[in-house]
Amino acid sequence: MTDLLERPAAAEHPEPAEQHGPTGLLKWLTTTDHKVIGLSYTITSVMMLVIGGALAELIRAQLTSPNNTLVSFAQYNELFTMHGSVMIYLFAGPFAFGGLANIIVPIQIGAPDMAFPRLNALSYWLYLTGSITMLLGFFTAGGAANFGWVAYAPLSNSLNTPGAGADLWIGGLLLTGFSAIFTGVNLVATIFYLRAPGMTMFRMPIFTWNLLVTAILILLAFPVLTAGLIMLYADRHFGTHIFSVAGGGVPVLWQHIFWFWGHPEVYILALPFFGMATEIFATFSKKPVFGYKGMVFATITIAALSLGVWAHHMFTTGVVLLPFFSIMSLLIAVPTGIKIFNWIGTMWRGQLWFSTAMLMAIGFLVTFLIGGLTGIYLASPPLDFFTHDTYFVVAHFHSVVMALVLAGMGGLYYWGPKVTGYMLNERIGKAQFWFLFIGTQVFTLPMYALGLDGMPRRMAVYPHDPQWKALNDVASLGALLIGLSTVLFVVNLVVSWKKYPAGDNPWDAQTLEWFTTSPPPHHNFYRLPAIRSERPTWDYNHPEHRALGHGTREESH
Amino acid sequence: MPSFGAKPGDTTSSRSVFHLWQGFSIGAVVIGALVLALLGYAVLRYRARGEAIPAQTQYHIPLELAYTIVPILIVFGLFAATLVVENREVANPPTKVTINVNAFQWGWKFSYPGSSAVVVGQTTQDPVMVMPVNTDVHINLTSTDVVHGFYVKAFNFSRYALPGVVNQFTFRALNTGTFFGQCTQLCGLYHSLMFFKVKVVTDAQYQSWLASFSGNTSAAYSSSNALSQQLSTGVATKQTLSSGAK
Amino acid sequence: MRVEAKLLLGLGLFFGLMCAVYWNWSLENAGGVMMFAAMLLGFLPGGYYYFWSRRMRARPEDDPNATAAQGAGVVGTFPGTSIWPFTLGMGAFFTVLALVFGIWLLIPGLGLVGWAAIGGVSESRRGGRV
Repeated sequence: MTDLLERPAAAEHPEPAEQHGPTGLLKWLTTTDHKVIGLSYTITSVMMLVIGGALAELIRAQLTSPNNTLVSFAQYNELFTMHGSVMIYLFAGPFAFGGLANIIVPIQIGAPDMAFPRLNALSYWLYLTGSITMLLGFFTAGGAANFGWVAYAPLSNSLNTPGAGADLWIGGLLLTGFSAIFTGVNLVATIFYLRAPGMTMFRMPIFTWNLLVTAILILLAFPVLTAGLIMLYADRHFGTHIFSVAGGGVPVLWQHIFWFWGHPEVYILALPFFGMATEIFATFSKKPVFGYKGMVFATITIAALSLGVWAHHMFTTGVVLLPFFSIMSLLIAVPTGIKIFNWIGTMWRGQLWFSTAMLMAIGFLVTFLIGGLTGIYLASPPLDFFTHDTYFVVAHFHSVVMALVLAGMGGLYYWGPKVTGYMLNERIGKAQFWFLFIGTQVFTLPMYALGLDGMPRRMAVYPHDPQWKALNDVASLGALLIGLSTVLFVVNLVVSWKKYPAGDNPWDAQTLEWFTTSPPPHHNFYRLPAIRSERPTWDYNHPEHRALGHGTREESH
Repeated sequence: MPSFGAKPGDTTSSRSVFHLWQGFSIGAVVIGALVLALLGYAVLRYRARGEAIPAQTQYHIPLELAYTIVPILIVFGLFAATLVVENREVANPPTKVTINVNAFQWGWKFSYPGSSAVVVGQTTQDPVMVMPVNTDVHINLTSTDVVHGFYVKAFNFSRYALPGVVNQFTFRALNTGTFFGQCTQLCGLYHSLMFFKVKVVTDAQYQSWLASFSGNTSAAYSSSNALSQQLSTGVATKQTLSSGAK
Repeated sequence: MRVEAKLLLGLGLFFGLMCAVYWNWSLENAGGVMMFAAMLLGFLPGGYYYFWSRRMRARPEDDPNATAAQGAGVVGTFPGTSIWPFTLGMGAFFTVLALVFGIWLLIPGLGLVGWAAIGGVSESRRGGRV
């Protein structure tokens, strides 16, 4: 059952078993090990989360009174532009598909490394330099980019937004865009070509499946963004008129291009976190993922539909085909609903262990439910005309992304022990969960009310409507609670530093990554179990408790 | 029926949007409550007791089919309701009153074809769009520079003002009064101050208001203030002056 | 290999259908072209995988009854460490900064990119370490 496997060895160039290459700084600069690169990604992206969060706190502080002068209008525009850009481009995606996926996916499928280790390292360096490039805008004379994270033409042209900040924003996105494309290539190749024997496609854990679909979406969507950015740069500096009316261009073209990337991007962000939550639910319920195949098809359906919904961001332009985008967007609710019911089905009749990771996942489910249900309204053009560009939309997508943050934190608590070999403190973790979960609701729920009362987004002041102050103050309090939860996370990292050894499988988890040591050796596995389902570790540890098919009461074989 | 946080609004289409909102909300509340109840039950009931390993159930085909098919039916129901309201809202019946709305950084110009009435204002002074009550009013919306958002809260409606595109829609206000509007799409530095007002008046008042422009009194509604470096503003002001000079 | 091929071909087919419906209905070209390209991105690799899936034996990872021993051996050559990704990344960094701060940054930018290209390729030939 546990044959010795030479598979991972780089046999042509045998390396000493223990010491691999340089140490110290040179190790981090020259590594091609997916675990080290993934860790670099994770650390960098969590730093981006902190930076983006700090910008958010400034925004919320500005909004605590109707005519606040804490920041100027110009600074406020920079703040929300960079808050959105940092969180979307530099935190959420890279954290998921660059960080955790990079570490976990190869181990989950029994691969010795990613398919293209040096390309993987290049992805990280492009991501890091892209992040630095974008943030450099704050240090230029004109300040950072200030046209919103969507950079609508013609506001983003050189007449309306001159200065280096905007160009640095474009340059940063070019770098991180290529980084994402390379990671996508790498993930697809790894999953298609480096699976362990017996690890058929329909035995891959849901997290890996979601990352495969994410990677395909990256390959479909990111080149479009890169092309759009080059057009934008050409409009700004080479005198083309692709997006300007004056030269015969079409400003709405930018919105088409941007959202053709932008809506798949929403699922590029979300699917990895759905995968994390799925794994956590299964592990801490001591049950297999309920409706595994339905889950896979739901993920693929979401990806397929996501290419046909981009213009629901553009309903109010008046120049898009409303019924088509409306029904496609509404239909996405179906596979998403399947996922939600499957998660509950996974917990049903389980033995739930409320670890920090599980609490985070449940918090994710509740928050995502709110964000998902309010998203259905926005798929209906008349309701979108009503709520577009108000705080209702802001609240909707903050419910969604805060749900992702909850799932991501759950992922860190869940897989952290596998990556580092040490557990995090559960008591502080649970405190962090409650701050984060309650903070999220206190932060988002008032914004729904503000949006319905007509408060538009991206307003530095609201002089005509001082009655909005009360709800804004509540939302700012929520943002403060979320900030405190991040502080608790950092405290937990310091307190738990190399304190609680984890062992190979602290959670009695099911998938292949828990079969190897914590942290895994250089090429991940000393030995592999027989892979006969999507949870080989569980089958190995509990051979008498295999998953049951529909209608089966006993062991299936 | 509860309002679920929205308001019926003051136009015919805002009323139908409001009812659509109520319909969606009932669905959302029912589904949300169902999911939360199931989740709450699972969390309370299945807390781990001891080390026992539960039955490893993985599939229940009829159940899975049920929660695939039922949502599809719900979705098509929502879509049908959406289509009804949407078709009413995007229909452009012929109207007697037309207003051309021109958005610019950072203000609005309202002009009335067939009349010399023009209203311009920006940031420091909110321009007022005057329109008659209980009459279909056709709006031609465009922008001279960047993308702006034409949003009137009381009408439950917003639409982008796009450069190079004329967006057309119709309002039929049900009540007289003054309503706040503002730009909702980020348009640069003074986006936060790009307000306007919609003043719905009786037909008689509307006619006399229009008539007041044939004289020399447009100054009351137009303003030429310090922030008029923009080309668009220059054009708008020039037109205002010429209409005043007639 | 067959599942991989079907996944990509299926996505391509769906995008193709969606493209046909959308383009004919909306007559809007940008989205139509992008959806058409998405369809190709499904069909090209999907067709490749399908072609090969018909011509090769099932790999151990496609065999539900494979044992770990069947997959043992050399999977590929993995360079243990390499400085060239970092060099290339810095080259790309300076190249992008040249878009903003001036054309002179192309000298270090493209220089590093070229150096990394040569270094990376020769490293692959040599096979391995820094």
